[in-house]
Amino acid sequence: MKFATLSQLVECCREEGSTIGQLMLSEQGKETGQPVEQIFRQMAEYYEVMKEAVHRGIHEPVPSRSGLTGGDAVRVMDYLGSSMPSLGAEACTALAYALSVSEVNASMGRIIATPTAGSCGIIPGVFVSSQQRLGWEDEQLVMGLFAAGAIGYVIANNSFISGAEGGCQAEVGSAIGMAAGALTELRGGSPEQAVHAVGLALKNSLGLICDPVGGLVEIPCIVRNGFGAVTALAAADMALAGVRSVIPSDEVVEVMLEVGTAMPSKHRETAKGGLAQTPTGKKILKDLYGTSPGNSCNTSSETSEDPGDRK
Amino acid sequence: MRFKDVFSIIGPSMVGPSSSHTAGAVVIGRTARRIFGAFPAEAEIVFYGSFADTYRGHGTDLAVVGGLMDFPADDIRIRHSLTLAEEAGMKLSFKTASHAAYHPNTVLLKLKEASGREDTILGASIGGGNVELLGINGFDVKCTMNYPVLIVFHQDTPGMVARISTILGHSGVNIGYMDVDRKGRGREAVTVVETDEAVSPELMAVIRSLDHVHRVILADLNQRRQEG
Repeated sequence: MKFATLSQLVECCREEGSTIGQLMLSEQGKETGQPVEQIFRQMAEYYEVMKEAVHRGIHEPVPSRSGLTGGDAVRVMDYLGSSMPSLGAEACTALAYALSVSEVNASMGRIIATPTAGSCGIIPGVFVSSQQRLGWEDEQLVMGLFAAGAIGYVIANNSFISGAEGGCQAEVGSAIGMAAGALTELRGGSPEQAVHAVGLALKNSLGLICDPVGGLVEIPCIVRNGFGAVTALAAADMALAGVRSVIPSDEVVEVMLEVGTAMPSKHRETAKGGLAQTPTGKKILKDLYGTSPGNSCNTSSETSEDPGDRK
Repeated sequence: MRFKDVFSIIGPSMVGPSSSHTAGAVVIGRTARRIFGAFPAEAEIVFYGSFADTYRGHGTDLAVVGGLMDFPADDIRIRHSLTLAEEAGMKLSFKTASHAAYHPNTVLLKLKEASGREDTILGASIGGGNVELLGINGFDVKCTMNYPVLIVFHQDTPGMVARISTILGHSGVNIGYMDVDRKGRGREAVTVVETDEAVSPELMAVIRSLDHVHRVILADLNQRRQEG
């Protein structure tokens, strides 16, 4: 790729007179040697999977494998149909769609990692709801995914995108930045504005720890995807309105690296701290396994068991 | 660059719930299966770090075994993989290790055939469904599985790396990354080569026929199936 930072990304787009999405598509072609049509087709297939996941969870509750979560997307859709949400209908729809995809994920259903499965609801939530509202064609959204991918590529290589390495700021935070930047571009913002949206969004999730209850990608991951979709809309609106990230977005990415590196291990997806170790979090863990993972299973053997029996 | 292209960020298409603990684990399992080159009659699976702490909640056990069954990461059969593997005759055992590994999400896979042949593969899931192959049979290596990987076990002898790369170069196969490790001077060694195009069976036979070469493996996850 000819860019390694967000400022280089803006510079490359300026030189080539292209959008971020177009630049990413052509760079992917150069990197892999594949025809751009084929690359576009794969991304278009991914967008179809995202739409299916959105639709799966908004009409019927999708319970997770653990049985701890599921049905929140339906709850929000019902509320949206019967009340005036404080967010307004548009943002509330993005929220419901993001919850839906995250619930499908927790059920071991099929999703697209964007950039990870723990954060897979945010981009579909923002993209599918915006498409419905603004009447965009699928092709535009697919280009938006390339834009999101370019932003994520920079974040991933300069910081991190996994909760185990950098906490939730790395997963959900990165997804919000990617969604915000891509939506800014889809709405007609310049590459520079899109990159400001990334910085604005990332600043709001710095320090967010990864503390999944029972080690499951459910509590608090699912609601954080809902919040993430709404935050991405807000960051895109700020950037389109001309709000700038005074700390350049590349420097914000560096801060995410600094904060994530300093984060204790118990707050990086080990379920040994945060919400996972609250009295209720511990009780859920005990109900699930009858024990606490990580404390009692050192070099213990266990026989395999039918996944259907596990709760 | 740890992440090389757009589909390592948008993607993979996968079954949930975790790209590092589920999708990446499938890829490591599948890598091990491709390196082993046969259905393993026995598989011992050792989880380290965050894998050890949270593997049950994330279905990491289902994912690794799904990979050992050669399922792709978005195969909905993965949620039943333990049952399917046992029905197919794979004997499974799971362990957790308490000592630290190179990366929080690391797994060691010991695969055995009924004949007793054995391979040990160490891999880490580095996020977003991307993995690093870290070890084969005690050798330290490092490569992603995004490209076809050629693995050559040979004696540590002058000119070996040059001979392998010359054979590949003459056939128009471009090397993206290469790694060599040896047990000691003049002892057993391994060369791992990531290539843009998969190395053909004919070319593998040529490399296999070189003096001091013991074994040649192609692990290419882009090919749907590889065995027989």
